Amino acid sequence: MKKEENIVQLKNISVAFDDQVILDDLSLDIKDKEFITFLGPSGCGKTTTLRLIAGFLEPDEGDVLFEGKKINGVPAYKRQVNTIFQRYALFPHLNVYENVAFGLRIKKMPENEIKAKVEEMLKLVNLSGLEKRHIDTLSGGQQQRVAIARAIANHPKVLLLDEPLAALDLKLRKDMQKELKKIQQQLGITFVFVTHDQEEALTMSDRVVVMDGGKIQQVGTPQDIYNEPENAFVADFIGESNILDGKMLKDYYVEFSGHRFDCLDKGFNTNEAVDVVVRPEDVDIVPVEKGMLTGVVTSVSFLGVHYEIIVDIGGFKWMIQTTDEHFVDDKVGLFIEPDAIHIMKKSKYSGLYGDYSSYSEEIDHLSDIIEED
Amino acid sequence: MNKKSFGNQLLAAPHVVWSVLFIVVPLFIMLYFAFTNADGGFTLENIQQIGLYKKAFGISILYAAIATVITLLLAYPMAYFMTKVNISSQRMLMMIVMIPMWMNFLIRTYSWITILANTGLINTFLGKLGIEPLKLINTPGAVILGMVYDFIPYMILPIYSVMSKIDKSLLEASEDLGSNAFNKFRRVILPLSRPGIISGITMVFVPSVSTFYISQKLGGNKTMLVGDVIEYFFNAGPDYYNVASAISMVLMIMILVCMVIMNRFSDDDSEGVII
Repeated sequence: MKKEENIVQLKNISVAFDDQVILDDLSLDIKDKEFITFLGPSGCGKTTTLRLIAGFLEPDEGDVLFEGKKINGVPAYKRQVNTIFQRYALFPHLNVYENVAFGLRIKKMPENEIKAKVEEMLKLVNLSGLEKRHIDTLSGGQQQRVAIARAIANHPKVLLLDEPLAALDLKLRKDMQKELKKIQQQLGITFVFVTHDQEEALTMSDRVVVMDGGKIQQVGTPQDIYNEPENAFVADFIGESNILDGKMLKDYYVEFSGHRFDCLDKGFNTNEAVDVVVRPEDVDIVPVEKGMLTGVVTSVSFLGVHYEIIVDIGGFKWMIQTTDEHFVDDKVGLFIEPDAIHIMKKSKYSGLYGDYSSYSEEIDHLSDIIEED
Repeated sequence: MNKKSFGNQLLAAPHVVWSVLFIVVPLFIMLYFAFTNADGGFTLENIQQIGLYKKAFGISILYAAIATVITLLLAYPMAYFMTKVNISSQRMLMMIVMIPMWMNFLIRTYSWITILANTGLINTFLGKLGIEPLKLINTPGAVILGMVYDFIPYMILPIYSVMSKIDKSLLEASEDLGSNAFNKFRRVILPLSRPGIISGITMVFVPSVSTFYISQKLGGNKTMLVGDVIEYFFNAGPDYYNVASAISMVLMIMILVCMVIMNRFSDDDSEGVII
């Protein structure tokens, strides 16, 4: 197997706007030809990171390296990267053909080569025949494709994508996800993708970088991120999770919700306080007498594939996904296998997430703020 | 006809009455005079006389064209600069552009006399330095300067308004695709600000070509522009209304033709044609 080299490296990057810290000592290596996604809520610094690589922004501290060479201060137009902008930023005064040809004309490529290249690109994104169309006569999906064609026509070594699918409807978005992935593999170039949509990140990426508060919370494959979240933020942001306060009694043995469980985690101090993650789909509902924990169903929602039910156990609201029907006020038992339990070190996010008293994070945040006051 | 559209028509009524009374009716009066003689009989004589004033037409168009080009060359960088500074500076610059417009056009023009006159500000200053006085007033240059000075806000404002609406991400996209500052300007900023340029040119050229006061005050009586000829005949008494109307009509047609040509350049870019 060919040795993978890092095409872009970020070293101890810090950025602040008006004293507000946007990126805080961020370091990351991006491998050649990988599909890497920056995932996080708005304001986490993911777009800022992208703009640093594109050259629209210079770090206050730290270095940006491209193929091992420092590119701080190199203007955007000299960098071998291209960007697909969130709202596409297509040139309204040019038609489809001229938009795609824009970068090639600046390179002073001969006219016949430009023609061949534009045709090839439009074919790649399934827009052949629309060359003469005006940009504002195109649908959102078509504009998206023009933006892709325009960017990759320049053969960038790295393609930066800033929430490119956010404006599309769900079905189109799913198609474009597949198509982008296909294009990435076909062209063999590095894609750096920014999104706040965790499902999008998991589906498309080779590696996911979860960000919050200007810091990287976790870097890993989609499976790593989902199955082995490093802290409560990651566990909550990726998928649904019940996050509980627990105590590691010894290796492979944890206590939470007043019960002791076998688990697969080790390497913690004796009686160390930890966060325990249990995914809603990993909990089995059993009769009360067989349950490790018992509680009362407080709400049931039918979601088609499964039911989402909320169970109150000693005041903590668990979310459980099950294909069996249950009713509000039923007393139920919960059975949790050792491999369904994931133990995390305590972090600044401990206690902020993982209780399903309310669904939306906004409401959680609001009530947190009120409590703090 | 439903009630709502009747209400709308009612709202438009004052404007319609105004337009008819002060635009349409005067136009017809002008047409009437242009095609009649002093006794009220139909004649083409007035139109045929236009040839006598072709020099005035020529000079008017030439001066107005020069003034428009100079105005554009000064206003465009100014408008561009205005979009580059922060919002509070933009407001201040906007004020500076607008303030002269609050003052009467005649007074503004008149004040240039005191600056350019043979014993005016500039020559007094030069005299103190021991330099021979320059002939500034009563020259074509002074007339063109007056036009540029009086009409430059009408060039800056539409260009600024169109330019400030250009999406910043388009500029980033052009950099991203390899444009240096020059290419960014030539391939994105310039074409996207074209509607502002077109409307600025129209708004400066039209008043310049038909002006009469500036040429009299700053050009002496040596340069007769079309506006001066028209004014001269109207002042000469009712016997000359017919010739004056005929010249006005020809000037108007020429301006209309110019505007049609200009509008062809702005294509279907409907954005911000008039501020």
